[in-house]
Amino acid sequence: MPIHEQSLIRPENLKTHEQLVVDGVDVSGHWSTFIESRVVTDYNEAMQEEITALPGGEYIHRCWQCGSCTNSCTVNAINADFNPRYWIYLIRMGMESELLRDKDIIWQCVSCNRCTYACPRDVVPEGVMKATAHWLELKGHTPKSPSMHFDEEFSGQVIERGKIEEGRIMQGFFRRTGQPLMQDWLVEMVKRMLRHLPVGMLARMGLATVLAPRTSGWSRARDAIREYVDEQHVKQRRALGLEDVIEAARQDAGAPARS
Amino acid sequence: MATNPGKYQRVAYYPGCALEGTGHAYNRSTKVVGKALGLDLVEVENWNCCGAMEVKNIDPKIQTYLSSRVMSIAANEMGFDTVMAPCNGCYHNLKKAEYDLKNDAKSAEVVDRLSRKAGHESYKAGQVETIHALDWIKGSIGEEGLRERVKDSLKGLKIANYYGCMYTRPRHIFPEKDQGPGSESTSKPHFMDDLLAAAGAENVDFPLKTACCGGAHTLSDSDTSTRLVLNILNAAEAAGAEVIATECPTCHSGLEMHQVRAEKRLGKQTSVKIVYFTQLIGLALGLSGRQVGLHENVSDSIGFLQSKGLG
Repeated sequence: MPIHEQSLIRPENLKTHEQLVVDGVDVSGHWSTFIESRVVTDYNEAMQEEITALPGGEYIHRCWQCGSCTNSCTVNAINADFNPRYWIYLIRMGMESELLRDKDIIWQCVSCNRCTYACPRDVVPEGVMKATAHWLELKGHTPKSPSMHFDEEFSGQVIERGKIEEGRIMQGFFRRTGQPLMQDWLVEMVKRMLRHLPVGMLARMGLATVLAPRTSGWSRARDAIREYVDEQHVKQRRALGLEDVIEAARQDAGAPARS
Repeated sequence: MATNPGKYQRVAYYPGCALEGTGHAYNRSTKVVGKALGLDLVEVENWNCCGAMEVKNIDPKIQTYLSSRVMSIAANEMGFDTVMAPCNGCYHNLKKAEYDLKNDAKSAEVVDRLSRKAGHESYKAGQVETIHALDWIKGSIGEEGLRERVKDSLKGLKIANYYGCMYTRPRHIFPEKDQGPGSESTSKPHFMDDLLAAAGAENVDFPLKTACCGGAHTLSDSDTSTRLVLNILNAAEAAGAEVIATECPTCHSGLEMHQVRAEKRLGKQTSVKIVYFTQLIGLALGLSGRQVGLHENVSDSIGFLQSKGLG
């Protein structure tokens, strides 16, 4: 296919004539491929500002579109549609409907920081991916991603007790996402762990899951962190014009309605 | 890094959550190697999670606070100037917090406020130096020192050294790296290669030293993680490696888990063994397989290493 970045062009806008003769020259097939011109009228002028207001999105304005991020991207190497450079372009242009075509894969950034390492402008594209995924969820464009469920489960346990315990994280994550704990490959892995593991150590691991390790005297840190997180969430939602959502969430959590 | 005997003789030790769970063998082998080398590890009292890969996605400044609390205890309550973290995630986060506190007034303000409310002294940039277990051995014992102490050489064991993402990226939080001869490289790290070569191993030319294992999404996007891990395992085998040496509990358990998953879900079998570098150094120092916790590894390395006369 002679057209680069073909994944960026909607299939319905690619025109190819199977049989076409122009001035006596046969230009059938790929020779006659052209792209229907695109007219964009629905710019979302607030989008860049909103994503900038979320943690990680602060430096998106620095981008000069060199493409080092996409070029170095771990996920792009296995899925060509995963294109941070292009998404940053769309956000800066306000082309929301184009961005929404990829809304279900943006959360898949693995935070390997190759892009941040390569970026000559300190855009921190890894942060932009997280902010964008977060924005899509807050705006209701996508349901909570598995990654966000995991982050919330994990952070919830850290904030609550100061430490995490992996067995509890796994259980909590599978419960949140409605998956069975008994997945064939996990069962197989546990079987292999059991080959040489002494009984005492197994008992210790099981006990840790039940008791959950904690940092002693953590409650003051916990309260301080919660207060800060709540404050930030309100600030972010306000920046995204989602005050109604905040009020609904407060009431969901059992707080009295604000007069 | 210039070797300076006595430099890291006695350091504050921050194992982190993973080393009390799936990374237990890393904890165990780090401690016994420290003992065998005559290095003192004093665990940070009443430590908390550094925030791992997850808390920053809720709010990055909470992660900065969590990491700063660990450094504050080491510095202000225990009087240490060095914190050693064997886990790449912990090491990375402490370095990141150090960078942010030095360069971003807003981060320092949030850390101050949270520390005050939590009732402990707030951490100030520059109070401690955070090092990785690799820096710890390299800086205090060095290759020469290690070579002198080797009892059971690794006898040409073919090793692919796998460093993962968090040990080198992003560059700006590791100001001591890429500083010319002797310093660690962020594009082609070599500290683990150096130490294992001194212990008698033959390091293979492994192109994916700093490739990502998908550790952040090991459960939330398992298919991606399995593909990334399979890539690493295949590349190691293609390079002729019998063992992948790891220096991070998340990478280590990610490679183990997805080696099994690739087998179960994709029918792709790989036989390369996944072993912590501290376990390998322990074996070279004459410790037993039990002592370094080989029996806790999922990829069954005991039989293979015994066939090589190790453990």
